[in-house]
Amino acid sequence: MSVRKNPILLESSHLLIPAILLFALYVQFHGDYGPGGGFQAGVIFASGIILYTLLHGTKRAEKVISLNTAKVFAALGLLLYAGVGVFGIILGGNYLDYNVLAHDPVHGQHWGILIIEFGVGITVAGVIISIFYAFAKFKK
Amino acid sequence: MLAVTAIAIIAMRNILSVIMLGGIYSLLSATFFVLLDAVDVAFTEAAVGAGISTVLFLSALAATGKHQALTRKNHIIPVFVVLVTGAGLIYSTSDMPAFGDPNAPVHTHVAPRYIQQSGEEIGIPNIVTSVLASYRAFDTLGEVAVVFTALIAVLLLLGLNRGSRQDKS
Amino acid sequence: MFELIANQYNYWICILLMMAGLYIVIDHTNLLKKLIGLNIFQTSVFILFISMGKVDGGTAPILEEGYNVFSNPLPHVLILTAIVVSIATTAVGLALVVNINKRFQSIDEQELEQIELEEE
Repeated sequence: MSVRKNPILLESSHLLIPAILLFALYVQFHGDYGPGGGFQAGVIFASGIILYTLLHGTKRAEKVISLNTAKVFAALGLLLYAGVGVFGIILGGNYLDYNVLAHDPVHGQHWGILIIEFGVGITVAGVIISIFYAFAKFKK
Repeated sequence: MLAVTAIAIIAMRNILSVIMLGGIYSLLSATFFVLLDAVDVAFTEAAVGAGISTVLFLSALAATGKHQALTRKNHIIPVFVVLVTGAGLIYSTSDMPAFGDPNAPVHTHVAPRYIQQSGEEIGIPNIVTSVLASYRAFDTLGEVAVVFTALIAVLLLLGLNRGSRQDKS
Repeated sequence: MFELIANQYNYWICILLMMAGLYIVIDHTNLLKKLIGLNIFQTSVFILFISMGKVDGGTAPILEEGYNVFSNPLPHVLILTAIVVSIATTAVGLALVVNINKRFQSIDEQELEQIELEEE
């Protein structure tokens, strides 16, 4: 396709994609202080990958993140989220009660929020990337 | 602006331009969310609505081919239904609290606790994050599970039926 | 009268958008366009929630010294997750549409009804 050889698109995407992925990580881990969090970070990360897929096709994109890897990440995020809850029970609290995760309740809350936001981010990114691959690879 | 875009979407026949207008509509609603102080929501809407959903609609369009949007010949019944429903809803807004009223029922139940206590209890400046991830963590767990289930549904619908089912039918 | 309009116009805009979405869902037969209509309907509900959370003179709900009045964070949380869920459900709908097209070579409701009648 001619779009894939357009030098302006290729060069600008090479400038943009690392910035998008880095921004996704910033949004992920800065969600406690500014606007942002797991949902937004996952979507932004996925949109970086989708931009790459649009320009280079699914074959090259699957060398970066394959459909199976994205699926595994989606499942891992959900497991991580639920696992934090179970971990809270093991440490003697209620399900998804973060107060027991560290010596100080406020610290525990901080840890809990960081971990589950990371789980949410992985799941959302994995789900959206694999949904996009499924559509892109669909043959009529 | 939003209303104009929505009406343009009704009038347009070409699906491609409808999808593009849908992206513009999402971006406009994201700016509207910023005006209403919902920065987190605006962030999500801009990334999801204007970015991902437009791309998904376009790839679905690519997979289905260009069909023109036909409308029914009889417009009277839909217009009637819409007008009656709209009139009923507008009549019901007369009981709603005024826009921006700090004493509205929404602001008196749990929100003051979140605003006053979350700084000490959770220790995170962004109240939206602390409500999302801590006070309402069960809720969010459910939402994440829904997103994951949707992935399974899409993969079942698109991924696993290459050929085999077609041959049987 | 003017005060009434100024106090309630956000609801009226929501209703207008909602009715636009409803009209598209009822009147248009193309399944892709129906999904876009559903998205418009959904966005109108988001705007309704967020506009109810607005407080006069309030700022974004991020704790910072010097600000005391915040908009209600609860609707923001609900809608934030609802948006991400909405894209996931839209993707399921699109997958259904794509599969219908694969089976019947059409995504138009009226054509699909005719195909169904012919098969019977």
